[in-house]
Amino acid sequence: MSAAGSLAWFARHELRLAWRDWSALLTAGHRRRIRVVAVAILVVAALMHLIAYAMLSDFTKEGVQADKATLLSLTVSALLAWSVMLSQALESVTRAFYARADLDLILASPADARKLFMVRIAAVAVAAVGMAVLIAAPFINVMALYDSPRWLGTYVTALAMGLAAAAVAVAVVELLFRTLGAKRTRLAAQVVAAVIGAAFVIGLQTAAILSAGTISRFQVLRSDIVLGLVPEADSALWLPARALLGEPAAVVGFLLLAAFALATAIVVFSARFATNALAAGTATRPAARRQDIGQPFRRMSQTRALREKEWKLLRRDPWLLSQSLLQVLYLLPPAVLLWQSFGARHAAFILIVPILVMAAGQMAGGLAWLAVSGEDAPDLIASAPIVPRAIMRAKIEAVIGAVALIFAPFVLVLLITAPREGLATAGGILIAAGGATAIQLWFRAQAKRSHFRRRQTSSRLATFAEAFSSIGWAGTAALAASATWLALIPALFAAAVLAGAWLASPTRP
Amino acid sequence: MLSPKPYSAVQIEGLRKTFDRPAVDGLDLTVQAGEFYSLLGPNGAGKTTTLRMVAGLLKPDAGAISIFGIDALENPKAAKQIVAWVSDEPMIYERLTPFEFLEFVAGLWGVDAKLAEARARDLLAWLDLTPHMHERCEGFSKGMRQKVALASALVHDPRLIILDEPLTGLDAGSARLVKEVMRERVRRGDTVIMTTHILEVAERMADRIGVMGHGRLIAEGTLDELRRQAGQGGTSLEDTFLALTATESTDFA
Repeated sequence: MSAAGSLAWFARHELRLAWRDWSALLTAGHRRRIRVVAVAILVVAALMHLIAYAMLSDFTKEGVQADKATLLSLTVSALLAWSVMLSQALESVTRAFYARADLDLILASPADARKLFMVRIAAVAVAAVGMAVLIAAPFINVMALYDSPRWLGTYVTALAMGLAAAAVAVAVVELLFRTLGAKRTRLAAQVVAAVIGAAFVIGLQTAAILSAGTISRFQVLRSDIVLGLVPEADSALWLPARALLGEPAAVVGFLLLAAFALATAIVVFSARFATNALAAGTATRPAARRQDIGQPFRRMSQTRALREKEWKLLRRDPWLLSQSLLQVLYLLPPAVLLWQSFGARHAAFILIVPILVMAAGQMAGGLAWLAVSGEDAPDLIASAPIVPRAIMRAKIEAVIGAVALIFAPFVLVLLITAPREGLATAGGILIAAGGATAIQLWFRAQAKRSHFRRRQTSSRLATFAEAFSSIGWAGTAALAASATWLALIPALFAAAVLAGAWLASPTRP
Repeated sequence: MLSPKPYSAVQIEGLRKTFDRPAVDGLDLTVQAGEFYSLLGPNGAGKTTTLRMVAGLLKPDAGAISIFGIDALENPKAAKQIVAWVSDEPMIYERLTPFEFLEFVAGLWGVDAKLAEARARDLLAWLDLTPHMHERCEGFSKGMRQKVALASALVHDPRLIILDEPLTGLDAGSARLVKEVMRERVRRGDTVIMTTHILEVAERMADRIGVMGHGRLIAEGTLDELRRQAGQGGTSLEDTFLALTATESTDFA
């Protein structure tokens, strides 16, 4: 038994909490479901391994050559995965300082809070690795089985990437605390995390579009110009890529570097952890902000009052806005393509259609959650003399209105430049946004707006249904833009997803 | 269908609501117009469930509710038009200012904009919120939030005000202000129904007091009438309340 207040004691405490959170999340609070969940995980894992085998069969026969093009593609892929890890780590490190659940209790105790933060930051690294490993594991296993066992070293490389992400996240959050203060750090860190999560993909897509006129991310990496600019295959810069290939020396070297970086970050900044947490605790309530003197009351209908309230609240919450508009960032590459090719019919337009439709569906889902479930004054609205149907209609109008406002310029340009693609996009956006909104209506569960981040864990079924429905409508729109009857297949799939969601919804009469 | 008694603000008959167990169990209750009625009872007695049904926030399983002669279950929109609901946890929007919030609420109740603005300014002044009327509510204390919620409840000039534990967590100054506002509303003829665990407040403010237990009304009347019912002549409301609820617990045991 470890001594109370020691690193091991805190680690055991955190592990127990994390395990209970995970099991509750997986079983939705029904412990008896654990067997069902275990069987489902095994089935999914087997399926993923089959898919990985099908995708990698060529590589398993021929092996992977560590040439410049491969090393560059691997480095870029690693950076892509790492940017997502860093984004997640930034959010988690910030949350470690701002979440008040048990922090006040621990900070008020004589235990050394630095040890708790050390454990929590290590947990951040492990959590950041978790999702990447879950996705990569079938591919690593297939390569290890059919090519070489050295591929198992990739797991260690993933861990090293997680440690490095946590190290950078700790340093960035500390920098934000020092430069912006506790009141602004939370929002700034969340915005930085969101931008990092999206920026790399966007930058790469934009570069690819500008250079090759295609939206493919990797084509540009195999071009002679790019390959001529990067160092030779024996350069030390390729250490992460070689570690990803499972080369033992590179794996060990990369792990040591990452562990050293995290240890340094913890040693250098740990003295400030408790101070930051205390500052964060007193900064949870921002000082009241004076608005311009209000305009006189305006005459408005009940539904207009509701719509305007939704829009006003969204506009005034920079974090919610950044989260909701994150999808819009992904629209930058197609916007660049549209801007570049305006007036000339371009084959690549067909690639824009599904991106726009998918983004509209995802955005509508987020906004619909905010408007329908994330209502901070449900009793007030319910006690007003307005029928529930009118309330819902006003909220749906607010959501669809916001989506329309954002996507209208794209659709307009497409309609002028390529009418068929434009029509397919407009129809797809309308149906995808409507479908995502409907799912949020069917699965509505009252929550605070500030719980927006947790919306995806409150109903996994709704989350998956929303994603698959958007994907289905995106595929439908893309195929419809190509004027092929095959569009019916994803349309039927998306309709089936919606029907399934409705049948499984708790609000179904 | 109820045939409303003359001058009754709220008339409840045979009201039932069951969750895991019966929360309200065949409740009959009448509150007269212009009355300050305080509803007391131990935790889980069914007070909040009852008031939520009166305010149209919860559908009863059975029974009838009439508000100033309007069947609240048949015509909830008309009933809600003259009712205000204030809960212990002030429900406001952090990123709206009190002024904007009152404009929104006035819009929801369909109040004429000019009239609503004049009322809003009066209410905000009355509740000492004028200096903060153009600040977002996000930095407000619990007391200030409750005052904003109270102002929003009054901006449509309701005839019936329902308050569920409105004094919870308020400092002495804010609590006094809330009580003064309620007294003033009763003086001008409105009806107030309030639940509270602070028996002294009920003792000093209420015209009549209802004591609930296990989803039913176990005693009702003025303080003196309650004392007589409890056989506790001359004692405090606290003693009377404990005697009444103890009897009820024994009956159910």
